[in-house]
Parts: sequence; structure tokens; C-alpha cells
Amino acid sequence: MGTYFVRRLLTAIPTLLAISFVIFAILDLAPGDPTGTLPPQIKMEVREQIRKALGLDEPFHVRYLLWLKQFFINEPLNIVEQVFNVKIGDSTNRLRVTSWSSRGKPVVDLIVERTPQTLWVVGFAYLLSVLIAIPLGVVGAVRQNSIFDQISTVMAVIGYSVPTFFTGLLAIVIFSVHLKWFPSVYNTTLKVTDWASFVAQIKQMIMPVAVLAFFQTAALSRYTRSAVLDNLKQDYVRTAYAKGFREHYVVIRHVLRNSLIPVVTLVALGIPQIFAGAIITEQIFRVNGLGSLLIIAIQSFDIPVVQTTTFIFAVLIVAFNLIADIVYGILDPRITYS
Amino acid sequence: MELRKLKPLGYLALLVTALLVLAACAPQPAAPAEEAAPAEEAAPAEEAAPAQEAAPAEEAAPSGRGAGDTLTILYWQAASIANPYLSGGTKDIDAAAIVLEPLASFDENGEMVPRLVEEIPTIENGGVSEDLTTITWKLKEGILWSDGTPLTADDVVFTYEYCTNEETGCGSLTQFNSIASVEAVDAQTVKITFDTPKPYPYEAFVGATAPILQKAQFENCVGAAAQTCTEQNLKPIGTGPYKVVDFKVNDVVVYEPNENYREPDKPYFSQVVFKGGGDAAAAARAVLETGEADYAWNLQVEPQILASMEAAGLGKVVTAFATNVERLMINKTNPDPALGEDRSVGVYVTDPDYCPEGFEDYCNVNNHPFLTDAKVVKALSMAIDRNVIAEQLYGAAGKAVCNVLPAPPRYASPNNDDCLVQDIDGANALLDEIGAVDSDGDGIREYNGVPMKILYQTSTNSVRQKTQALIKQWWAEIGVDTELRNIDAAVFFGGDPNSPDTYGKFYADVEMYTNGATGVDPQIYMSNWLCSEVSGPWNNWLGNNVPRWCNPEYDALFDELSATADLDKRAELTISMNDMLVQDGVMVPLVHRGSVSAYANSLKGVRMNAWDSEMWNIADWYREE
Repeated sequence: MGTYFVRRLLTAIPTLLAISFVIFAILDLAPGDPTGTLPPQIKMEVREQIRKALGLDEPFHVRYLLWLKQFFINEPLNIVEQVFNVKIGDSTNRLRVTSWSSRGKPVVDLIVERTPQTLWVVGFAYLLSVLIAIPLGVVGAVRQNSIFDQISTVMAVIGYSVPTFFTGLLAIVIFSVHLKWFPSVYNTTLKVTDWASFVAQIKQMIMPVAVLAFFQTAALSRYTRSAVLDNLKQDYVRTAYAKGFREHYVVIRHVLRNSLIPVVTLVALGIPQIFAGAIITEQIFRVNGLGSLLIIAIQSFDIPVVQTTTFIFAVLIVAFNLIADIVYGILDPRITYS
Repeated sequence: MELRKLKPLGYLALLVTALLVLAACAPQPAAPAEEAAPAEEAAPAEEAAPAQEAAPAEEAAPSGRGAGDTLTILYWQAASIANPYLSGGTKDIDAAAIVLEPLASFDENGEMVPRLVEEIPTIENGGVSEDLTTITWKLKEGILWSDGTPLTADDVVFTYEYCTNEETGCGSLTQFNSIASVEAVDAQTVKITFDTPKPYPYEAFVGATAPILQKAQFENCVGAAAQTCTEQNLKPIGTGPYKVVDFKVNDVVVYEPNENYREPDKPYFSQVVFKGGGDAAAAARAVLETGEADYAWNLQVEPQILASMEAAGLGKVVTAFATNVERLMINKTNPDPALGEDRSVGVYVTDPDYCPEGFEDYCNVNNHPFLTDAKVVKALSMAIDRNVIAEQLYGAAGKAVCNVLPAPPRYASPNNDDCLVQDIDGANALLDEIGAVDSDGDGIREYNGVPMKILYQTSTNSVRQKTQALIKQWWAEIGVDTELRNIDAAVFFGGDPNSPDTYGKFYADVEMYTNGATGVDPQIYMSNWLCSEVSGPWNNWLGNNVPRWCNPEYDALFDELSATADLDKRAELTISMNDMLVQDGVMVPLVHRGSVSAYANSLKGVRMNAWDSEMWNIADWYREE
């Protein structure tokens, strides 16, 4: 397992470098530029100066190498400095990858600012959907074709096919406009310091979390259900019942653990999705997390932000792929890596 | 086999339901405005409150600085920077306008009002020299920055140097055109000297796009360094009613009252939250239906939807018009793809004997086969029903218009209003008259043997696509075949010389977008169509004269305008220039576009303004239930 792990890590490095090159190249070749979104009154020669000021007239390889240096050397140095409170070299003048539209705000700071919202809403929704989907899937499989199973299947299909922008808007119209129970604008400056602010946080989170969880539970519960069904047909289950164990014990102690293997892999692969944020839901509820950061950066052609954020997602996906493989190897004793 | 109910599931369901019920039954969510306990910083100011300054009746209510609650403003395009000189659009200019102030602003009628000065300098009061080469601004005494230091003329001089430094990439550069020098005569007096007599000297430092920056704060941020001064760009120190306390880029800006603000019992609100994200419809809903926000900007929403939201009675929708006109640009050169690199390269000169200097290789070498004929363009214009476009697609935010410059009223030409009525028969008759008939029976007219086929492009935007569809249909009725195209806004409006899809390259016969003047005086705006501004490879397609039209008479009128100080004469010249643009078929104006915003009924003091930032008088806003 150890050599496998090291080998995977080593192959990840050229993979990531290749990914970074492709991201950088594609974005660079894309037409359009950041002055496109400026007001129409600004004259052309002024736009040209703005483009020069953003460093857009350097050749491709210069900009790529500069970005690589900024991303792989300067940023980690900055993080180390902040975490350990030390000073390494000339940190104030170190060139950091900065956002164009906010003229100088480092991209990593932007990402760090947005991560709390994304984790609170999208992360919590994912956690909730895992907690709901697994029991739903298990019960649906154990009580196959019962009323419960039929209803949960229908709900799963609905949850999966109805887009989040529809359920989101519906939730807003019902709960915010008519019932006035929950706010429709997410307040990112809310700090949870006492019970009242905690309740306020829950209130503003409920709708986006519910909308997202509804969607994610659907897929996950179907998958869990089919994994459990596969295992229920196995001989060892019949043996366990023959030995006189109660259903409770058989399902939870034996079937669940075996069915969870593929499900856990799926869950692990889905975690990088949290960071991509749920772009549509964030837009509708104005949660302003990482997904909306990416969208706004794309629309205003803020290349450094798009490059860095996309690359970070790529790193997370590669990392969680590796974790999923390792977890799979740990959970299933039949699998050995060499 | 005994099938027994699984208990854990039941407990889980119970838990989830309990959580939901608990949260829902908690005290009704108060509007965010009431969550922050009003900061009673007002104690010393309260004593001064009874002294009512001579203010118009609507502003009589405020009861002390910081006495109010939180003002929530929704700008669905979130602010990314609070420095209007480096801004990415109106949202940033407005976020900055809450903190930074210019010497003078424009009110909702386009009139100048003094902000940091005692009075507007004019020739009569000696502020402007008789020969129109200098203007002197006198700052008000005792104005302090939010950090307590005094505002001086040095800050004004510094601001000029900041924006005019080439490497800064300053978006308001044109407001500082033709300035020879800006000097601080003494601590309270600034003298601007122009290099030629300037009849309208009120460009520099007027309006939210050119406020005064604090020299001490921005000293090290001039030139290339401007891009890296994050702290300064996000939290500028200003003389305005509020100061920035927190700025989450592209998300939310939080302001609190400026303790050193010059008006003692203002501003009213103890906190201002400038929130972004989502879309226009959601912003309108938050103000008009759920009451979570007090002000929402730029509501580009279908008129029917906006009207039904307003019917809920929590707020009102207001519209204000400045000079933005959605118009068709007519390409006077030939964009035929067969020409390769020479597509749309050239200058159409109305006078065949004249060729401006430097353009010898380009004068009339590549003229458009039929769009150079003003009558053809007139027929195209006659076929369009502008009222349908304005009412159905823009609602209250648009009015049909026939002029390139529709406002202020003194500059609006009365000579082109016949375009307001659609006249398909007249258009057909006009085209028949000039001989552009359909000789081969395919439904498309030919002009000198060339079939009248038009490639019509614009940016990707649902209202624009609907406009295109309507116009295509009307033009089909007069025998003109149209192909529609739309390009992503960031590409279309970008200045990339390598992209074939920018509006500067104009690889099409007709393109549509919005343009307008900055501020009230049209001189800079009318300079867009001078012969010297023609867009082409010689200036990397950065010229502003996109139709590639050159008329020496227009240039002559502009030169006269640059030397005329008398406002009535300026108006007359501007109207003639506008008429020339319309009647020569350079552009076809369609819709005069206004800004639409909504605000809660409890918010008072709002004076919706299209000539300056909508936040221009936020110091005067207060709440009254």
C-alpha cells in the first residue's frame, strides 16, 4: 500500500502540471478581455491602457512561467508564513497572483474569504444528503417494492430531474414571499456569537441546504439502494438469517458495511464538488461562495481568478481520487495494491 | 421472516422535522435592517439635532448621526473595488460614491451642485478666466477626511497626477483631457490650467467618476503600483458620509458613519450593507415583495414582472434617464469576408475631394455597396417600430428615440421625430424610388446589382436578441434579407486586436449596442465621430468612430463647438451635429434607455439620478415608517 501511495503521488505531479498548462493555454486563447465589461462611455484608448496595466501584452510563456512561480512557490510560502507566523525572505514584495477586477486582491485571499459560506451551505447540504440518502437507500432496498420504497423512488426521480433553480425559486416564493419564514438573501457578514445569531444562521441556511440536499439525496439514495440490493441477494446473508440473527443485525452489521464500499467511494469523489460550490443555488440565494466566485470571474474575464480557482479544483479532484482509491483498498480486504 | 420496522429511520425523520419546526416557529425573521442594534454613537450629535438646517421639506426628519438602523442596498452585480478610477463598472463607482466625493456632482436634473466647494466657479464670479483657459475651485473650510486629517488642495493635485499617470490604467482619463497643469494656489484653492481655451471646463473632478483621493493614503499607489494597492483600493479614505469597514470582494461591502463628516447630524443610518450577487429579478423581489432590502439597482427585468412585484405595495420602482441610447451602427465600409484582412478597413468620406491627413491609402477605397446611401439607411430606419421595442422589451426603462443625443433637453434635436412612426409603405416607396428593386424575384432587393443582404450582430442578451428578431422581420417586409448574430459581451466589447468579433473590428454590416455621454456636456461624446477617430488597423481598431464615416463639415462644426462658450450656441451646434449623424445614416437610434431602481416605502430622501451615481445623496437618506 505504501509504495502504491507514493507511486500515485508521483504520477499526480506531472498530471497536475499538464492540467495547469491546459487550463492556462485554453484561457489564454479564449477571445475577450477584461475591458469588455467596462461601461460604454470609456473610450478605446483608455481601455488599451487598462489592458497594458494588467500585464496583458506580455508573451504567453512569460505569463505562464510567472503564474507557475506565483502559484507553486510564492503562495505556499505565504501560507506557511501565515500559519507558522514566520517570515521567509522578502514577503511584502513577493508577487502574488492577484485578481484583475479587484486590482490587487490576492486570489488566495478571495478563496479563503469565500470558503466559509461554501462550507456552511454546500458542505452541510452534502453531509445532510449523505446522512439521509444512506438510510433511505437501505430501507428502500430491504423493503423493496413496499409503499415506502415506491414513494422514495418517486421522490428520488423528482429530486434528480427537477433542476435546482426551479426548486430554489419555488422555495423562495413559498417560504420567503408568502409565508415570510426565511430570508431569501444570505447574509455573509453574520457571525454566530449567541443563540439568536445561531438561529438566524440556521434560518438563512435552511432553504439553500434543503434545495441542494434534495437534489443530492436523490442520486445517492438510488445508488445505495442498488448496492444494498446486490448484497441482499448474496449467500452470506441467507446464511446469517438461517443462523437466526434478527434483520436489524444482519442489515446493519453485514449488508450495510459491504454495500457502503462503493458508496463511500462515490461520496469521496463527490467532495471536490462541494468546493466547486453549487453554482446555481449560490446565485439564487446570493450565498456568494466559491461557485459564484468562479462564475463572476469568468463573466468579467478575470483570468487569474479563473486559472487559480480551476487549478485548485483540479488539485482537489486528483487528491480525492487518490483518497477514494486508498479508502476503497482499506475497506475491501479483497483488494491489494502493490 | 418477521419484518420489523427499523427504528433509526424514524428517529432521524423526527429529528429533521423537529429542527424545521423549531426554526420556523422561532420569532419571525425581522428584516435584516433590524438585526443590528442601532449603534448609539449619536450622543453628542443628538443635542445639535434640533437645529434644523434650511433643508427642503422631505429632508426634515433625520434625528442625529447613526440614529438609524441598517440600510441594505442590493447591487446584483457585486462591487469588486471601491476605487472608481480603476473600476469595472457602475457598481464599483457607486460603491465608492458612498465614501469618496468629487468637487461637484450632478443632480437628477443634470444641474451641477457643489460638494466640496463653496460654489461652482463661473465667469461671472471670477472662478473661470475670461479667456477660458483656467478654472479655480475654492474648497470649503474645515472638511476632514474620515481619519481626521484636513482636506487640502494637495489632495486634488495628487488625484490629477494619479489618474493621468499612463501606467495607472485610469478609466476616467478623458475627464482630464487638455489640462496643462493643476496647482495648489494655497491650502484651499486649486487652479486648473488648460492648454487651449475650454468652453466647458467642468469635466475634471466633477461627478462620481472623478472624486478626490487622499494623497497620504494613495501616495505609493501611482502608476503600475496602483494594481497592487489592495488595502487602498478596497477601503479608500474619503470625505463622504460613510466609511468602509469591511469589503468582501464581489460579495458585500459594509459601511459605518464617518465621525468626521462635515454635516453634524448626518448620516442617519448606523450601518450600510452593499450586497451583491444573484440577478435583477431576485433583487427586485427582495425590495418589493419580501422587504429584506431597502434599495435595488439596475432592475433589468421584464416590465410585466416588475409591475406585478410593485403591486405588493412594499416599495416603488423609479426610472431616470440620462443619455444612453441603444442604436444601430451602420458600417460605411465593406465587411465582405472575401476581402480577408481588408474587411471593414477604410474610410468613407462624404466629400470625394477631401481626404484627411494620414488616411491617403484608405479614403473611399472600400466603401459599402449600399449602406453609404443615406436614403437606404433612412428606409431601414423607417421600417422599424421603435415604440413596440421600447414598450414591450424595455417597459419603463426605455423610450423610443430618434436622436443620437437625446438629453439634456436643450441638446435634444426636434428635427428627426418623424422616425417615431413606423412607415413600411414609405420605406418601400423610398427604395423603389432610388432604383433598388427586386429584379430576380427572390424577395430581396438589389442595389446596383448587389443583393441587399445584411449581417446584423450584437452582444448576447435576451432583450437584444428579441430586438434583432423584430427588426429582421420588419426588414424582410421591405425586401432586405438579414442574418442575425450574437457574441458574448466580454468578447464583443473587449479591445483584443486579435479577436474578429469585437465591435471595433465591425466584421458585419450593422451592429447594435448602447452608448452615451459621461456627464452633462456632450463635447467628448460628439468627438467620437470625427474623421481622426475612425477605427482601423492603424490604431489597433481602438478608434471610437466605428461606422468609419468621415464628413469634413462635421469636423468643422466640432472645431467650432470646442471654441464656443455660450451655452445656447453650443446647443445649436450640437443639434446640427446630431442631425448630421442621423440624416447621413451613420447610426440609427432605437431606444433611449433609462436606469430602473426600486426602493422601500420606508426609505426617504432618495433622488434617483441618471446623471451621476445613484448614491450621490446617500447622506440625506433616512427611514420613516
